[in-house]
Amino acid sequence: MTFKQMFTSSIGKKLVMGLTGLFLISFLIIHVSINACIFADLFNPDDNGQMFNKAAHFMGSTVLIRILEVGLMAGILLHIIQGYMLMLQNKQKRSVGYDVPMGNAGSKWYSRSMGLLGTLLLLFFILHFSHFWVPARFTHAGLDMPVNYNGVDMHDMFTLMKVTFSELWIVIAYIIGCISLFWHLMHGFQSAFRTVGVSNNRYLSLLNNIGVGFSLIVSLLFASMPIAMYLGWIG
Amino acid sequence: MLNSKIPAGPLDTKWVNYKNTCKLVNPANKRSLEIIVIGTGLAGASAAAALGELGYKVKTFCFQDSPRRAHSIAAQGGINAAKNYQNDGDSTYRLFYDTIKGGDYRAREGNVHRLAEVSANIIDQCVAQGVPFAREYGGLLSNRSFGGTQVQRTFYAAGQTGQQLLIGAYQALERQIALGNVTQYSRHEMLDIVMIDGKARGIIARNLITGELERHFGHAVLLCTGGYGNVFYLSTNAMGSNVTAAWKAHKLGALFANPCFTQIHPTCIPVSGDHQSKLTLMSESLRNDGRIWVPKKQGDNRKSIDIPEEERDYYLERRYPAFGNLVPRDVASRAAKERCDAGYGVGTSKQAVYLDFAAAIQRYGKIEAGKRGIEADAATITQMGKDVVKEKYGNLFDMYAKITGENPYEEPMRIYPAVHYTMGGLWVDYELMTNIPGLYSLGEANFSDHGANRLGASALMQGLADGYFVIPYTIGNYLADEIRTKAIPTDHPAFADAESKVRDRIHMLMNIKGTKTVESFHKRLGKIMWDKCGMARNAEGLKQAIKEIQQLKNEFWSDVRIPGEINEMNPELDKANRVADFIELGELMCLDALNREESCGGHFREEHQTEDGEALRHDDKYMYVSAWEMKGDHDWQLHKEDLNYEVVKPSQRSYK
Amino acid sequence: MEHKNINVKLKVWRQKNSNDKGSFETYDAKNISQEMSFLEMFDVLNEELIGEGKDPIAFDHDCREGICGMCSMYINGRPHGPWEANTTCQLHMRAFNEGDTIVVEPWRANSFPVIKDLMVDRTAFDRIIQAGGYISVNTGNAVDANALPVDKAKADAAFAAAACIGCGACVAACKNSSAMLFVSAKVAHLNQLPQGEPEKNTRVLNMVAQMDKEGFGACTNTGACEAVCPKEISLTNIARLNAEYAVASLSATK
Repeated sequence: MTFKQMFTSSIGKKLVMGLTGLFLISFLIIHVSINACIFADLFNPDDNGQMFNKAAHFMGSTVLIRILEVGLMAGILLHIIQGYMLMLQNKQKRSVGYDVPMGNAGSKWYSRSMGLLGTLLLLFFILHFSHFWVPARFTHAGLDMPVNYNGVDMHDMFTLMKVTFSELWIVIAYIIGCISLFWHLMHGFQSAFRTVGVSNNRYLSLLNNIGVGFSLIVSLLFASMPIAMYLGWIG
Repeated sequence: MLNSKIPAGPLDTKWVNYKNTCKLVNPANKRSLEIIVIGTGLAGASAAAALGELGYKVKTFCFQDSPRRAHSIAAQGGINAAKNYQNDGDSTYRLFYDTIKGGDYRAREGNVHRLAEVSANIIDQCVAQGVPFAREYGGLLSNRSFGGTQVQRTFYAAGQTGQQLLIGAYQALERQIALGNVTQYSRHEMLDIVMIDGKARGIIARNLITGELERHFGHAVLLCTGGYGNVFYLSTNAMGSNVTAAWKAHKLGALFANPCFTQIHPTCIPVSGDHQSKLTLMSESLRNDGRIWVPKKQGDNRKSIDIPEEERDYYLERRYPAFGNLVPRDVASRAAKERCDAGYGVGTSKQAVYLDFAAAIQRYGKIEAGKRGIEADAATITQMGKDVVKEKYGNLFDMYAKITGENPYEEPMRIYPAVHYTMGGLWVDYELMTNIPGLYSLGEANFSDHGANRLGASALMQGLADGYFVIPYTIGNYLADEIRTKAIPTDHPAFADAESKVRDRIHMLMNIKGTKTVESFHKRLGKIMWDKCGMARNAEGLKQAIKEIQQLKNEFWSDVRIPGEINEMNPELDKANRVADFIELGELMCLDALNREESCGGHFREEHQTEDGEALRHDDKYMYVSAWEMKGDHDWQLHKEDLNYEVVKPSQRSYK
Repeated sequence: MEHKNINVKLKVWRQKNSNDKGSFETYDAKNISQEMSFLEMFDVLNEELIGEGKDPIAFDHDCREGICGMCSMYINGRPHGPWEANTTCQLHMRAFNEGDTIVVEPWRANSFPVIKDLMVDRTAFDRIIQAGGYISVNTGNAVDANALPVDKAKADAAFAAAACIGCGACVAACKNSSAMLFVSAKVAHLNQLPQGEPEKNTRVLNMVAQMDKEGFGACTNTGACEAVCPKEISLTNIARLNAEYAVASLSATK
């Protein structure tokens, strides 16, 4: 059993999906926590995005995190490529389909639609990266006016967000992205744990509940950001 | 002429002595000896696996899509073994004795004692294979009492013992296939045996997917094809269960023994209409807790729950106070028939009796309340009782509810006897060889171990005993002399002749192009058999049945309609082949029943009963095995193998 | 029980053999007693077809008591039809109403090619068992059955998994045509018992390799298999299999 055999078997491929999925879930926790810093504005009118900008600066300027970022990108790519390959391969296992599909008898629509939800997320990511990640790391478009806290210049990501989310279509696109994320996580969270082998029914049902809570909280938090900015609740 | 080859010496040393003195085949020679196994149920799969392990080259054949489908899988209750794990007085001798007595003294002592001896090894082997038998909290095996035995010697896996044992044997078989010792041919049906120089040397099989005929050589051929209960059309057998392989052997000269010994199982779900295709067994274990009754008033049309206690006739408890609801199968079945024939039957068909769990529910409810130390009201007690019953028999109750649409927790089940097992079969000697050299028969397909009636939980035991522990020794004794016989090429004229015989018969069937379906003939045969050669038989009815069957045979061969083509998947053709053989068998069964002018076990001749309606044996005249030789169309010759009881003293069975 | 007869319309997949393309045909099943089983309704229909000189519908069936696993049929969008924890042979016409149209299709999966009409070839399952679905013990090698006590909880869990009848409904229901429920049930049966322990790792690796070779899809934990399983084999077995696979492949020395 070589490592190649291990990761190219049907279970191995799923293991890749599950492990990268869990890795992305852990990233979501960090991402949503840092972004939630924008809400500091609600409690401290003088904040003006300072907390968020500092956090973003820390993430962008720490070497270890920049290295991890490469891993993150690799993880996302692996998750996407493996996901598509699996979807295509699985589709080929049944050349003649059923006249009457099973529908929701026995499985949830979102469990069967991970490919579709993933594709929506991918489209969203392209938009999202072009709005924030690409400017922050490479082009600096919209970031030509740095802010200075305690003598350190840093990107004004907060303002970039405000500008980006002043357009209605973008806000709507982000909300769709968050809805896709919610359903993707609703299946993905518990499925990832099953795939990596959690088989104790007690923990599985616990993880199931945590998964629902996690999907709900993360997606709502993310969705509330563009909405809050668009409606002018922040900044 | 009939030499049963029972080894000499005291009963309990016969098998040991046999094993010590039988011929052996050395490993190198085993590799060039080929064995054909027909049927992959408990007997066939275990034999093929065990022989493969020894190094023989084995081919297995089954008509199903996988060996795992064989009808052994449907056995619910359990498997007996003289382990005496419960310290309740069981022993090899007691298992032997109970089996001989249960078989109403029509089985061979030597065979039955061997069966009891190897029974313990079966359990060891199955556990080692991973068969998940029920266990106690301490992790050791659990036992229950079954079918009216006074000791707890039955091992079980919920209500799916047959399934678990078959899967165990199937897995052992698949392992030998993976190791290259066994080749599996599924969706294949054996349609003839090839004889060369008086020995069985191969078979002609039909590939059921393509319709092609194939020739296969073997130094020996094992028929492990189960029973012929489907001759009655309605039985607890699977739809595909058939007598064809055994019948082909019979037509080539193999003797058919005790064909009239059929077991009618007392607890089956009654027939609901003409559409009925098979009958479903409700495990005998239900009789441990259910009480059987009918109304005291003839033609009482009230609902079961509206009939007050004092107007119910618990007829088994009344007639057999010692054993009550746990009398052997044949006794329970006849008693149900007697009540229904006398006009006390229940349900719309009036061909049913009640199996009532209300008392058990109350009893268990009270025990449960006692265990938990609570003062419970009636409703709570009933609920707790239902929970206990559900745990014990839940799957059976669910099955009953699915089939009948009635809730057995609320109202009693309706049950009626149905054909279940056939004790008769190909005549075999102590080595399980038929009178044709090289042709063996194992499991239900042979006649050897159950006499005139089989005890509950003994069929699984016999199938596995024959396959795992008997045939590996006895076949060596034959094959040791065959090591110089090279594999015979299948272009040998005998193969060609056999194949053309099979081909001709198939063409003949297809060319009848008559008006009636195969199914309709099968149904008619079943009705004749059930009415006249079923639970109770008499000379006049049997004579009439023989006439009717002969007519049916003529009509079949001139008016059957088989759609489709020969060279394709054609289930109707498969069925026609089988029904044609059933018709001939039906005639022989009636002939045998007519000849046996006594009542014993599953065979009840109305002319021969005691004053109170119990079976009356005539040991002076019928203490023999009826082995029939086919001489021609409608023509058989009877050979008698006398049964000598050296150890057990035959007595009239009494369960009162 | 009330006796009622109903009329239903059947839309059945007909396919002469594995090379034929196949198509649906519609039949009227008239005056069907609701006490009939679904297969008995097919028997009645077939008798009529033969009477009309037509080819009867081929379908797999044998024990007709829900244990042999031979019957298949995908009925109105569900393997084994509308009832829970049920096989086609145990489905009764009470499940349907007057005037219903019932669509009957064969199991669909490339690993289960159609042989004729509603019959499919499930020998892939046999080959998966051949890859390791057994305990290697020759006849006669066994020690006394009570020499090795088995934790009752484990014995019960092994039994629950061993209840699998190998019908293939899990594959038929899975959108990926995955055989993971079948394979995981066998692994859960044997690997949880002390008798199965020595071959634990090779069993998992070999059975999964064979499953992949047979062309079954990968599991995406949708749970459709569990929902249609006549023996209610739990999805948790698949998670167990995943864990055992990971351990087995990581601990392999080659």
